Amino acid sequence: MKDKIVMGRSLTKSYNGIEVVKGIDFWVKKNQFLTILGPSGCGKTTTLRMLAGFESPSSGQIFFEGNEITSLPPYQRHINTVFQKYALFPHMNIYENIAFGLRINKVSEKEVKSKVAKMLELVNLSGFETRKVNSLSGGQQQRIAIARALVNEPKVLLLDEPLGALDLKLRKDMQIELKNMQKELGITFIYVTHDQEEALTMSDKIIIMNQGEIQQIGTPTDIYNEPENAFVADFIGESNILDGIMHKDRLVTFAEKQFECVDGGFKKDEPVDVVIRPEDIKMVNVDEGILKGVVKSVVFKGVHYEMIIKGASKEWMIHSTQMAEEGSTVGLLILPDDIHIMSKEAGYA
Amino acid sequence: MVRKWIKWFYTMLIFAFLYAPIVVLMVFSFNDSKNTAKWEGFTFRWYQTLSENGLIMKALYYTVLVAIVSALIATVMGTLAAFGIHYMKTWRQKLVLNINSIPILNPDIVTGISLMTLFVAFKMELGLVTMILAHVAFNVPYVVLSVLPKLKQMSGDTLEAAMDLGATPWYAFRKVILPEIKSGIITGGLIAFTLSIDDFVISYFNTGNGVTNLSIAIYSMAKRGIKPEINALATLMFIFVLVMLILINKRTKIEEI
Repeated sequence: MKDKIVMGRSLTKSYNGIEVVKGIDFWVKKNQFLTILGPSGCGKTTTLRMLAGFESPSSGQIFFEGNEITSLPPYQRHINTVFQKYALFPHMNIYENIAFGLRINKVSEKEVKSKVAKMLELVNLSGFETRKVNSLSGGQQQRIAIARALVNEPKVLLLDEPLGALDLKLRKDMQIELKNMQKELGITFIYVTHDQEEALTMSDKIIIMNQGEIQQIGTPTDIYNEPENAFVADFIGESNILDGIMHKDRLVTFAEKQFECVDGGFKKDEPVDVVIRPEDIKMVNVDEGILKGVVKSVVFKGVHYEMIIKGASKEWMIHSTQMAEEGSTVGLLILPDDIHIMSKEAGYA
Repeated sequence: MVRKWIKWFYTMLIFAFLYAPIVVLMVFSFNDSKNTAKWEGFTFRWYQTLSENGLIMKALYYTVLVAIVSALIATVMGTLAAFGIHYMKTWRQKLVLNINSIPILNPDIVTGISLMTLFVAFKMELGLVTMILAHVAFNVPYVVLSVLPKLKQMSGDTLEAAMDLGATPWYAFRKVILPEIKSGIITGGLIAFTLSIDDFVISYFNTGNGVTNLSIAIYSMAKRGIKPEINALATLMFIFVLVMLILINKRTKIEEI
């Protein structure tokens, strides 16, 4: 309990009788980088807004360092937020924007000055004190927004798709900067995004949400390698998802063939989802493969080729550093380790 | 070339039609004659008698008093109303906005008589108070309409961002919201002030006890024949309203930039 700095217990939020967050339970440890990941409308932003205090939960509780804060207004929580659209105060200059929180706490002018300077240095914008908000680029404004939130020295920083409005190159740079900042300052970050790559790059722990429910909680590696259901598998990276039948432990049929696998614990002949990552399908000579197919398209993706291979009953997407000619017939090999079996019932909405 | 000339001529014709009466009035306010139709030399005499006319000076005092007090009250009420309307749900917001604009479209005479009926029904003595109340009533919708767009322009996150940084709602309102919508409030206040100075019909039905504003004073003087003094007074009022209008326009222009 002690090191769980923020905890949500059966958090529910409904608008006009429609539940957008359906009783979720989660916690984040001190100094962790937690990402809430999901498609738009999955309830991730609503969850973040409940943590910030902008929305009050329909039911459930929120704890901060072990104390309940469910009904505390935002200005009494030691949590600060970075908004997607920056939300800087346009009539104040950069200095006053960052100093806003300090002025409320009646910090002396000398201390304000040194703290603002320190924050500007942190976000690499020293010398911007007297600039106007709308003379700054989007990326610069977001840095100021981060500085403004961090100057209060919050224990938890909430970030609501803060990089959503920035271009790709800037986004990548900011991802690394944010991660470094989080490590350096030792602040807990709760980060909301719909960008799975961003989540995998930055997080210590990821919560995947869909339709108001948590699909999976785990480290980036866990979630990528061991997705709990077909939704997670599909959302995190690209996947081949097939219908299969689990005959007994470690034996599954899909694509009209029987395969050995490593999963068990299903009912006899239970219908399951079979998930295979594109990079886990090996391309071999026709006679060496378990399956075969005709190469339908080849796209160069930088590090690898993405190929669509038309098999007897299914088109396969595979990633390989080797290229096959379009129209040629190739064999496909799938090892037991790379076959992920998922129950059809497990939360796949 | 000819087309351009016709355009120019047409524009001038309209301006002449609109402003010729005022120009005539202004010119004759400097006419050194009791006769209003014949030019007999230049004088400031009428402006002087005007300033010595106790009735008119009293009317001026009431006009300014009513304008200031009613504009202040209307500005506060209208701003608060604009807040309420801004945070309403769509269909309710539409409904209230329509209700808000009815008094603007309503003929002054209807507004004036209905207010009078209301005051009489409540057994209020017609006088300064009822006149101020009447002016507040017709000014509030204009303030609402000038503050609302400023609220719409404001980013929805601004208030939340302030509260997130530790500001109580009142502190956030003073330090963040108010500076953002200040220009809309001032413009609304100026419009209310100008309209109040300008009003005749509504004031006429809602005053009594010897309280008159300038337009009522002019009206009652005109009944006994137009004196050059009235020309002088009308000229001053026109110039005042013109200055106010220029001020308001300048403000809106600066905001657009």
